[in-house]
Amino acid sequence: MFDPPTKLLLGFLTGIGFGFLLQKGRAAKYTVIMGQFLLKDWTVVKIMLTAVVVGAIGVWALVNSGGATLHVKPAAVGGVLFGGLLFGVGIAVFGLCPGTSVAACGEGRRDAFFGVAGMLLGAGVYVAGYAAWQPLINAFADWGKVTLPQVTGTSPWLWIAGLVLTGAFTVWLLERARGGFAARTSGAG
Amino acid sequence: MLRQKSWSPYAVGALLGVLSWFSFATVDRPLGITTAFEYTAALAQKAALPQAADLNPYYADRAEEKKPPKIDWEWALVAGVFVGAALSSRLSGDRAGEKVPALWRWRFGDSPARRYTGAFLGGALMMFGARLAQGCTSGHGISGALQLAVSSWLFIPMLFASAIATAFLLFGTEGRQHV
Repeated sequence: MFDPPTKLLLGFLTGIGFGFLLQKGRAAKYTVIMGQFLLKDWTVVKIMLTAVVVGAIGVWALVNSGGATLHVKPAAVGGVLFGGLLFGVGIAVFGLCPGTSVAACGEGRRDAFFGVAGMLLGAGVYVAGYAAWQPLINAFADWGKVTLPQVTGTSPWLWIAGLVLTGAFTVWLLERARGGFAARTSGAG
Repeated sequence: MLRQKSWSPYAVGALLGVLSWFSFATVDRPLGITTAFEYTAALAQKAALPQAADLNPYYADRAEEKKPPKIDWEWALVAGVFVGAALSSRLSGDRAGEKVPALWRWRFGDSPARRYTGAFLGGALMMFGARLAQGCTSGHGISGALQLAVSSWLFIPMLFASAIATAFLLFGTEGRQHV
């Protein structure tokens, strides 16, 4: 029923760091999340991209040295694609994602509390109708818990190098666009 | 610095990456949110309707995976996210202002009840999708992506395509002036 107390404490402390960072990153705000999906404010992409690049380097180093193991979710294509589709519609209506909605509650946003209540209902519907959703989840192939290096027979570091380069290029593009925009508005004003 | 209202998104992202190292190094778990919601719902249903739960293969499947629903590390993490965000926003004074965000108000009016209903239904749909896909913007978007998981690299483009399409359907290009 419960994880051991030390593990719960570690989870709680990790969560405090997580929530603190989401709030400081302005990711716990409806305006910032919707600004991303309306392709105006790129804060969310900047945060996710940097987290993935930095995270990948350390986590794969840990995995290679035996200090941690991979915990990959199964590539049940139906579940992932239908899930992503519904998730996208839901997030655009709510305007917060699961982690940032909990953080927005911490920020005192009342609409986020209603969203989190809805999330509990959504989880309940998933559990209650578990058997009914299986045909949907398994509608297409299930490739199992696989990684890109595994299915391509390549080194993970090749992918991480690709991530670093793609990340650096994206940051350059975003900052150039922002610089250009700032220069234009200050020039006009 | 802790009193600043916001930090650079790159600094926040890099620190979230380091937080991922920490969670793998300490408990060998990836950062995630929605499994905790699933476990909460599963525990609640088992307590409220034990007979229906006996007939639900969900519980047998989780037992077989040796991952029975429980109050676990991730559950404590979700509680921590609430506390961490409260702490950060109190230090900087960046507390909630309006009940209805500007973009929503421009499109759907200033009724809080309508906004709360939208948030509730959107949240429900989003979580249902997250459980079908076994992850969300944290579990797939950050943790799965950094582990180079095939599932996550399918989920992320699908999520963004669907969310961008829905956002433009709801608010149109004019909505961009309100975010």
